[in-house]
Amino acid sequence: MPNTLSPIEAATGIALQQYLSVAAILFTLGVFGIFLNRKNVIIILMSIELMLLAVNINLVALSAYLNDITGQIYALIVLTVAAAEAAIGLAIVVIYYRNRGSIAVDDINSMKG
Amino acid sequence: MTIAGFFFYLFSIVVVASGLMVITARNPVHSVLFLILAFFNAAGLFVLLGAEFLAMILVIVYVGAVAVLFLFVVMTLDVDFAELRKGSTRYLPVGLAIGLILLAELIFVAGSFAVAPGAIQAVPAEQVTNAAAIGRVLYTKYGYFFELSGAVRLVAMIGTIVLTLRHKRSAKRQNVAEQVGRRREDAIEVVQVETGKGIS
Repeated sequence: MPNTLSPIEAATGIALQQYLSVAAILFTLGVFGIFLNRKNVIIILMSIELMLLAVNINLVALSAYLNDITGQIYALIVLTVAAAEAAIGLAIVVIYYRNRGSIAVDDINSMKG
Repeated sequence: MTIAGFFFYLFSIVVVASGLMVITARNPVHSVLFLILAFFNAAGLFVLLGAEFLAMILVIVYVGAVAVLFLFVVMTLDVDFAELRKGSTRYLPVGLAIGLILLAELIFVAGSFAVAPGAIQAVPAEQVTNAAAIGRVLYTKYGYFFELSGAVRLVAMIGTIVLTLRHKRSAKRQNVAEQVGRRREDAIEVVQVETGKGIS
């Protein structure tokens, strides 16, 4: 059967599923981190970064195993959006701390109806 | 085990362990440092996958910019982080349950993942470096995506500046309109001084 074993798998002996599993574990850690630190906005932002990193590992692994460069372009764009998101999120944290003197998520409810 | 397999397990174990430390560390500064370690090891995984350009971008953009930004914010905010951790165990069972279910599902998906026959592209006859291969499509086929990501960053930059800019009342600053609107009549007065009298 042709085209079932990717050249990179033949060269390194690492299956695609192994990379996908690492990314799955990392993504779950990110989700779990939001539950574990649900009061601390900064750690929540770091958990989101972990989740985006897991997505990037998925994209790059599939790009390498399918011999298709498109996945890496997508990973590059995810990286851009992640950096922009981190900058805006931290700016909001800083001005929130400046106004209220706290960054506890429970206190952020002034827009609740 | 091949040398690539050894490095794969090394990088994967360290990336998962440091990811765990990011969310469980007591001190947020340690969290940021473990995040940096996770990014370095993810870059190692990228190198193993043959994506050297993205690995370097990950190190430069994430470790060099985003993680340092996190570190700045964590160190400048005077927050009692022990207070923030209080009561965090209340949602632990729910989080653990959701995490385990999600992990099981994702592992099932990843384990049974199979590449469709014919999905693997043929290796191009001409071997180029990874950066050259990205550059060939990034500025041509994905040119709009590239410019759009630049626009996203510009919006993020302007948004961050607008959010955090604050005008101090006491600060002396230049008033350009006042300077430009100054006329000759407001500024100088021609006086004829008679000899021996002076100006009163």
